[in-house]
Formats: sequence, C-alpha cells, structure tokens
Amino acid sequence: MPQYAVLLYERVPPQDLPQEVMDGHLSMPDRVAAQGGRIVAGLGLHDSATATSIRGDLLTDGPFIETKEELGGVFVLEARDLDHAIALAKLTPIVDGGVEVRPLAGFQIVEES
Amino acid sequence: MAKAHRREWAFVLAATVRVTRDLDVAEESVQEAYVAALTVWARDGVPDRPGAWLTTAARRVALNAMQRDRTFRAKLPLLIEPDAEEPPEACFGAEDDAIPDDRLRLVFVCCHPALSREAQVALTLRLVCGVATPDVAHAFLVSAPTMAARITRAKRKIAAAGIPYAVPGPNERPERLDAVLTVVHLLATTGHAAPSGGELAREDLADRALGLARTLHALLPDEREAAGLLALLLVHRARRATRTDDDGRLLRLEDQDRSAWDRAAIAEADRLIVTALRAGPAGRFTLQAAIAAVHAQAPSHGETDWPQILALYDALLRVWSSPVVALNRAVAVAAVDGPAAGLVEVEALERDGRLAGYRYLPSTKADLLGRLGRHAEAAEAYREALALSDNEAERAFLAARAEGLPD
Repeated sequence: MPQYAVLLYERVPPQDLPQEVMDGHLSMPDRVAAQGGRIVAGLGLHDSATATSIRGDLLTDGPFIETKEELGGVFVLEARDLDHAIALAKLTPIVDGGVEVRPLAGFQIVEES
Repeated sequence: MAKAHRREWAFVLAATVRVTRDLDVAEESVQEAYVAALTVWARDGVPDRPGAWLTTAARRVALNAMQRDRTFRAKLPLLIEPDAEEPPEACFGAEDDAIPDDRLRLVFVCCHPALSREAQVALTLRLVCGVATPDVAHAFLVSAPTMAARITRAKRKIAAAGIPYAVPGPNERPERLDAVLTVVHLLATTGHAAPSGGELAREDLADRALGLARTLHALLPDEREAAGLLALLLVHRARRATRTDDDGRLLRLEDQDRSAWDRAAIAEADRLIVTALRAGPAGRFTLQAAIAAVHAQAPSHGETDWPQILALYDALLRVWSSPVVALNRAVAVAAVDGPAAGLVEVEALERDGRLAGYRYLPSTKADLLGRLGRHAEAAEAYREALALSDNEAERAFLAARAEGLPD
C-alpha cells in the first residue's frame, strides 16, 4: 500500500495538550488499523521553542519557518490511496490546527550495524 | 471531422487510460492517434465508428510506448484503481465492442478536491474536453507555458499523491459531484472573448461546458443535480444572442429582446427541471435552473413571476448559504416588496462583510437607491461599483446608469 507522511500542526504546544488528546494520539494505531490502514512509525517532537535551525553557517534559535501552528509530530501511514489516507489522517485529534498529508517517495529505517 | 474529434476525445482518452494507468502516456497516445486520423480519414473518409477507430489506434500507440519505456521508467506511480476488475493487459485483446465507457472516472479524477480549483478547471478542459493547452491558456489569460506547467503539476499530483482513479462511492458522491458540476458551471460562465482566429472564444468555452453537462446527464441519469446543471446551462444558452447589443454593450434582463431567445432550449430545460423537482429534494443547481427558467418563461420582464422567484431563492439559500445568493435574493425581495425592502437586505449584506470587493453589491445598492429617489447616494454607489469592475462592457454599462441619474 502507498505510504504517506502526516504532519501535525497545533497551536497548542505538545506539553500543554489535554489528556484526552494525548490518549487520542496514543490510540491512533488501533483506530487507523480498524479502518484498514496502518501506522508504520511516529515521531513526537518537543515544542518548536526547543528547535535549532541551520542555514549555511548561521545557527538560529527556533524552527526553520515560524508558523502560528507548530509542527508537533509526524507519522507514517499506509493507506490504499489518497482518499483513504485523508480519512485516516482525519482521525488525528487536533485541538487548534490541522494536518498535512504528503506522499512518501521512500521510507527507510537504518539499522545499526 | 472536428466534430468527431470533439465528441470522442474523453471517451478515447478514458479508454486509453484504462490500459496505461498513466495520464501522460495516455494523453500523448491519444494525441498521436488523432494526428494519424487526420491523414487516414482525409484519404479514406471518416469511419462509421470514429470512437472505436481512435481508441484502437491510441491503445496501439500506448502499448508500443509502454514496451519501449519498460527499462527506464523512473517515473511516477501508476494510477491507483480501487476494485480493478481485470488486469490492464486483458484490454488489449478486446476491440470495438468491449471498449467500456470510462469517462466518469476521468471527470471525477480531474475534479478531485485535493486539486486546486484552477487545476480542476484546466485539467477538465484539457483531458475531458480535449481542448489544446494553448487554447486553455488563452481562455484564462495566462501564457501557454504557465498553463502547461499547471496541467503537468496537476497530473503529477494525481499520480504521486495517489488520487484514486475511480468514481466516488455513494457516501462521497454528492460532494464530489457538486465539485464536478461547479467546475463545468465555471467553464460555462468564465472565459474571455478572444480576438479571432483559432483561439478559444467565450462562446466556444460555453459550448464545451454545455456538451460536458449533456454527457454527465447521460452518464448519470439518476443524478438530479446533473440534470439541474444541464437545465441551467440550457437557459443561459437560450439567452445568449441577446446578452449584449450590437455594440457589445451589456443589456439588462428587462431590455433583452425575448423573441430572440431559443424557446426550444428553454423547453428542454423546463422538462429537465420538472423531472428533477418531482424526483426528490432540490439541490442548488436544480434551484438555480428553476430560477433562470421562471425568468425565461415570462413573455415580458413586467410579467415575471417574482413571488415564485423569491420562493425559489429562499429554498436555494437553505441548501447553499452563499452571500451572492443572498444578494440575488435581495433583488427578488425588491421586486416583490419594493426597493426599500430590498435595500434593507442589501445593507444587511454590507454589514456582513463577506461581499466586500464584490462589485454587484454596490451596483445593486445603487439601482435600489436610484429607484427610491436617493440620487446622490446612488451616484456614489455606482462610483464604488465602477472602481471594482475590471470588465469593459460592464464599466460602460455602470457609467451609463450613473449618467442617467437626475442631478
């Protein structure tokens, strides 16, 4: 099945998300599987204030692009097609923001040798 | 020959996509088939079944292209076909009789909500109507390379993002069909007058849209909204000859010569509307068509059944809460209850703010103020409308209306 990245954008920083929302994130793999998809991997990011950006030699404190809604996490999803991926991505609990669904050109976990 | 070309394009392309599962390869193959047809048909005459001929030719080109390309196709994924019944290779054996009609899949893919409206419109014109890319560019006042890039991006998006090549299921159907009908309606009502010589004129664009609306209605006979759109476009078409005067100036509905309206088209629209209204709850295209039909049925502007129109606008607003619809309804309110009542509605819309920058708001307000004898305010509103208008014919019309106000 095709794979997609789902990027989560939230105005509320991750440390301030209410418990129901956290529970919703934790239950995503099961809820996605119940609808015929699969969460392959997930990345939970610390809030964007903890980010460091690098442009050439210049280091900046903060995310690469400042946005009202912060990039809070990314997960990899397997779905039959875009319509299916969208339906699954909509299961993500979001307080104030949204998600981006982007097809993966590739996905690889590099094993330690 | 041009007629056979136009009529068959979508059918041939869709049938070719069935075997290529790639829009680009299919499009190029069909293009080649059409070029071949020019020579062969000029020599041997147009075949009895041009569609079948073109499809066979296009598939042959496609097969050759795919075989040649097998080694270095570092390309985008193939189109995803949910519930594909048979493997694509099986289609090569089947000739004439077994060519299935796949046009709906093509139309729904071109109008998928994951594509921008611009992309939907461009792709529909190019892939479903078969309009050459430079002509599509001209219709939307962009350069040919810009339009080509827009279409390429859209095809890439479909393949890379995995937009399914499928007719939507019953749950998604109403929303997805509405998107398709919106695109076709846009095609019919947008477009710009071309100077001359082979470029896509506004009328040609409207013709294509009407043809597409007919096709949709034929392919989806149970969809009331598809019938509604066809009826709406038929009424538009019926009044086409009278929209401007000989000098190209816009005429108001009340000044148009109704004897020049195409009564046959209006009658056909009526039949479609009546059938649609009887079959179930009316959607927004059916209601818009009904409103246009009530206008068209009046033997003169003075005999327009405004209470009926107002009732239809009330119904339309319930299924489609657009401020533009509310503005048009305000005109009907003025016709039924007088300009003061209409002005109340218009002023409420002004306060609402969603129509800021929409030139028909001040122009409607100006008309009502004029009728109430508030000429200075009317002149001011016409000035506001003029400032917002970008269309020659319209500006001339508004200027003339402002001139016509007593001092």
